[in-house]
Amino acid sequence: MTNKIKNYAKGHRGITRMTYVMGTILSLVTIMAFALHEDEKPFVASKKIVVVKDSVASVAAFHKVYKVLMSPRCMNCHPSGDIPLQGDDSHLHTMNPQRGVEGKGLYAMKCANCHQPTNTPGKNTPPGNPNWHLPPANMKMVFQGRSPYQLAKQLVNPKQNGNKDLKKLIEHADDGLVLAGWNPGEGRTLPPMSHAEFKKAWITWLTTGAYAPKAK
Amino acid sequence: MISLNVNDQNFEIDADPDMPLLWAIRDLIGLTGTKFGCGVAQCGACVVHLNGEAVRSCVTKVSRAAGQNVLTIEGLSKNNDHPLQIAWNEENVPQCGYCHSGQIMSAAVLLREKPNPSDADIDMAMAGNICRCGTYPRIRKAIHMAAELSKKGGITK
Ligand code: FES
Ligand code: FES
Repeated sequence: MTNKIKNYAKGHRGITRMTYVMGTILSLVTIMAFALHEDEKPFVASKKIVVVKDSVASVAAFHKVYKVLMSPRCMNCHPSGDIPLQGDDSHLHTMNPQRGVEGKGLYAMKCANCHQPTNTPGKNTPPGNPNWHLPPANMKMVFQGRSPYQLAKQLVNPKQNGNKDLKKLIEHADDGLVLAGWNPGEGRTLPPMSHAEFKKAWITWLTTGAYAPKAK
Repeated sequence: MISLNVNDQNFEIDADPDMPLLWAIRDLIGLTGTKFGCGVAQCGACVVHLNGEAVRSCVTKVSRAAGQNVLTIEGLSKNNDHPLQIAWNEENVPQCGYCHSGQIMSAAVLLREKPNPSDADIDMAMAGNICRCGTYPRIRKAIHMAAELSKKGGITK
């Protein structure tokens, strides 16, 4: 605190420096915004989502999406039962915490009792997110055990995907808990591709008609 | 300075915001009923209530509890007469005793949300509280007894 007061007392030199620093930050932000805009123009920047049907491109993109969704970082919280999975081998979560009605656990075993808003430091400690939860009991959105065909169908069915339309599905790629998959805490492997690559495949799949690979 | 309300009392503590709540409770405030077992959310010895939920204070940063209500075993009842405490005593539940403030704080949330728990409910609620002495059968018995007792007396916390 005293430090801060001293700096202000230095008068215009401090202010000049501050203006300079802020100017630099502003121009960086502008450059970054421009870069992002350019990068994502075909998908996010346009207000209206344009779907151009292309079953081959769509199925190819979905295979990438499927690899990510079936990786432990995504699938562990989309279990077929009511107990989340844990670890790179997707074993049942120790202590058997239950889904509960809202997907936030039960009684003394609620997710947020251990899972903090941020990752806890150290190996084998609870990863964190302010919104840590499983899908709710009335819409379990199971990934575990789903074939590519089944999962593709499920993901675009509002009755099985949390009432999401195309726009909401696209936005979901940037959901905080989805992003947490790429910040899993120490000792856990990352999904098999970067989030940017995943997002691109996800949006490509959706905007080329969301075709499901053939059922075997 | 971080403001904490622990057992209905206000405390201003001088702590790093990342300090585990358990440290603040034990070392700064001096309430040592809450125990340290593993430090990584695996055993349940450190369970306290944060706004009524059974959080593990070893991984809960003190900043999360700032301005919130914390309840420790010392504040569960005025005269050690919470139905769970009475039942624990009646059934002679503890062996070494180390795990039991955590066990009781977890059980208190169970009884609040499910006043008449089945064995399955007890398993679901208590599976994260480890007892190295293996007092689990007595814990189960005591929770059932506390449920009976509180039907007569009522549970507050
Ligand atoms: S000491 Fe907190 S869970 Fe073991
Ligand atoms: S009574 Fe000894 S650890 Fe539980």
